[in-house]
Amino acid sequence: MEWLLVAVAVLVASGLMAVVMTSFPRLSTFWGAVGGGAGCAIGLFAVVRVLWSGKVESLRWGWDVPYGSFSLELDPLSGFFAIPILVLSGLAAIYGSRYVAVFWDRKSVGELWFFFNLLVAGMLIVVLARNGMLFLVAWEVMSLAAFFLITFEHEKQEVRDAGKTFLIATHLGTAFLLTMFVLLGAESGSLDFADFANSPSTVSADLLFLLALVGFGTKAGLMPLHVWLPEAYPVAPSYVSAVMSGAMSKLGIYGLLRVLMFLSDVQPWWGWLLIGAGAISGILGILSALGQSDLKRLLAYSSIENIGIISMGMGLGVLGTSSQNPVLMVLGFAGALFHVINHAIFKGLLFLGAGVVFQATETCDLDRLGGLLKRMPWTGSAILIGSVAIAGLPPLNGFASEFVLYRACFNREGLLAALSTSIPCVAVIGSLALIGGLAAFAFVRVFGIAFLGEPRTPHAAGARSPNDRMSLPILLLAAGCIAIGLLSPLVFEKILPVVAQITHYELAMIESPAARASVPLSVVARVGCALFLLAGGLALVRRWLLSGREVAVSGTWGCGYSRSTPRIQYTASSFAQPAIGFFAPFFRTYTKLRAPRGLFPQSASLATENTDLSTDLIYHPLFGAVGRLLGKLRWLQQGRVHMYVLYVGCTILALMIWYVSMELPPADASMSGTVVERSP
Amino acid sequence: MSTDLNLVLVMLANLAMLGSSRLSACIRLSAAQGILLSLLPLQLELAEHKLAPRLALFALTILVLKGVVFPALLMRTLRTADVRHEVVPMVGYVSSLIFGVIVLCFSFWVSSRLILPHPAPSPLVLPLALSTILIGLFLIISRKTALMQVVGYLVLENGIFIFGVALANKTPLLVEMGVLLDVFVAVFVMGIAIFHINREFDHIDVNQLTSLKD
Repeated sequence: MEWLLVAVAVLVASGLMAVVMTSFPRLSTFWGAVGGGAGCAIGLFAVVRVLWSGKVESLRWGWDVPYGSFSLELDPLSGFFAIPILVLSGLAAIYGSRYVAVFWDRKSVGELWFFFNLLVAGMLIVVLARNGMLFLVAWEVMSLAAFFLITFEHEKQEVRDAGKTFLIATHLGTAFLLTMFVLLGAESGSLDFADFANSPSTVSADLLFLLALVGFGTKAGLMPLHVWLPEAYPVAPSYVSAVMSGAMSKLGIYGLLRVLMFLSDVQPWWGWLLIGAGAISGILGILSALGQSDLKRLLAYSSIENIGIISMGMGLGVLGTSSQNPVLMVLGFAGALFHVINHAIFKGLLFLGAGVVFQATETCDLDRLGGLLKRMPWTGSAILIGSVAIAGLPPLNGFASEFVLYRACFNREGLLAALSTSIPCVAVIGSLALIGGLAAFAFVRVFGIAFLGEPRTPHAAGARSPNDRMSLPILLLAAGCIAIGLLSPLVFEKILPVVAQITHYELAMIESPAARASVPLSVVARVGCALFLLAGGLALVRRWLLSGREVAVSGTWGCGYSRSTPRIQYTASSFAQPAIGFFAPFFRTYTKLRAPRGLFPQSASLATENTDLSTDLIYHPLFGAVGRLLGKLRWLQQGRVHMYVLYVGCTILALMIWYVSMELPPADASMSGTVVERSP
Repeated sequence: MSTDLNLVLVMLANLAMLGSSRLSACIRLSAAQGILLSLLPLQLELAEHKLAPRLALFALTILVLKGVVFPALLMRTLRTADVRHEVVPMVGYVSSLIFGVIVLCFSFWVSSRLILPHPAPSPLVLPLALSTILIGLFLIISRKTALMQVVGYLVLENGIFIFGVALANKTPLLVEMGVLLDVFVAVFVMGIAIFHINREFDHIDVNQLTSLKD
């Protein structure tokens, strides 16, 4: 535990050093990146050491803040979420040390490193905190650090808009969390997690669950609470998006799991709600991803899809808990947790890859890319691996976790038991299958349009392989995708203690339901190994066959024309059009068409834009109405100091009169530290 | 001089400020109020027949700041900024005085319904603290000159000071010093700001600064 505090201290101190050195960008980057990397390495060492020993380490210091205590604990669940945070952030720091070089001569990178390291430290404290106050403080530190990272290039209008959306969304979420913690602590009068362990009898558990779902769902990006993701991820520096998508949004999942552990009588409808929200997020998320032509925006929507898959897993787990169905419970939670790790790896990989693409070509617009695989073979192959993994194709890691979820549903106890479990199971199977197919389609589109074919613009044609410090993290993550895919039974086994902790079962009791998934997983893993050997063998054979022969190179999509142009290729939108057309009701497609006219058309153009359904249908009307309503109060703002002080004075007077004329003193009479009690 | 007499004098200073039309008079009154207040902790302590040197130092600091430094700063601004020397009320002097009396009654009513963790050293402390705070607020609201608002702010802080003495005569001195520092900075900044506003706009009538709202 002390080592984790050292890690946090290293992160914060190195961030401060980076700020101090901000006028020397190279030095600042050095301090920030080395400190970030070292902090993550120390933290990782500490977490692995504790988890390996199988003990639970805790630490508790007093804290002067009301209801606060500085209590930290490292149990399996915390450790499980800390590992992807630390691994991904460490790799992102290495990557970022090179990525920020473009900002050296025009922006101060000190703040970037300060907030990045602060974000990592905040996330680490969030998973370790065992006190509501500490948790919320760390949560806010994390969110605000993320806000400053998102708005790093604040001279651009869209960046400021994205920052504003993020700030509003995150604070609305925190408001729900604050309410939830207050209600949880209302009975015991303490905000320590240990006192929450028995859920309060005075407040309905349903309400607490809903508060947690909205509060944590906003951070995770469950639909329809996801609006900030597609705005914020594209504008943040790529390695920051990788950390936010891979690690920070997972803390929403962590929080939800942690709160579920406090609530004792789990209702089946919670599971249905989670599965429903998950299915909607998954299907609409991946559909929206199909409609995007900006690579990072697409990845943001794909994050929503993956959060949906995780949420469906949790829903199955909750359903299994409430209906005393161990198979559903164990495999549901295990699948969700497995997907958390996997998504951190492949989404981190893809966002880092998108950053490479952006720096090499100065655009993330798929329609301006093309042919990148020939220009950056290593990074391109790594992104191919990430795309295959995120599409959930065997034998990579994305398949393993979705397979566990399929196994949770496909069994006698789930599918053929009572109607109340079989319907959700069928829904999960159907949604997972649809999501899997659409995800494969979406990432074929990404890879095919951006990396195959011919470059569509001179920028894409001039792309070069990135610096080693940028490609190394990407390759490591790609190796992670393969390794976890092939070693999935071992990883699955490591998840079981966490599941045991969430479900309050003994580890031995959940081993037999877990075997339902681990046995077939080992078969899958063996087949996967065989597949890799076969592919390697075939590659060698190909090499051998081609040796000594001349390999001709010609343009892709030449279609037999002698003078082909890159514009003959499929575009990102034309590739997606069949699917978009089929799911048209779920899109708001704005089309601007200038059709060719006359016998000799001069010019024509077509532009389409897919806007977010929930932004259009829910948030714009809602915030518009709130804005109009509050606009009626504008007369209050006179611009006169007297009036403002008058408002303050009147409020104080009214509060004083109200307080003094109340019959009974309130239970908690401590107002701003001054104890004032009414006479009996 | 007993504590009660001191407090009554503080209240009289309040009422005098409500009724006076000259800025310099108000500044002098606030200085007098500050000096009276600096005696308050000493009197309370002496009533228990002990006097810590730390407390004496504290009282001296308050005496210097509230009785000398703040008024001197304000007077300097008054001279250099070349402003109108009237307070320019929005509420007339007589109505202000009546309001002061109403506030005093209100404060007595509120105080009768509050009990303190430690018994107050004198029954007058609580109501006078409250009414000083409220009169400070009223001065800020009802006077147009920016300098007068600084004076109002000082009066408000004086009220808080009495409250602090009343609530816990064991208030950590550090906290009180912190408050004093805040006020010092505030007066300093306000003084400078007023001086500059005056230079830019040729007046320090807060009423005419409305164009700054968005």
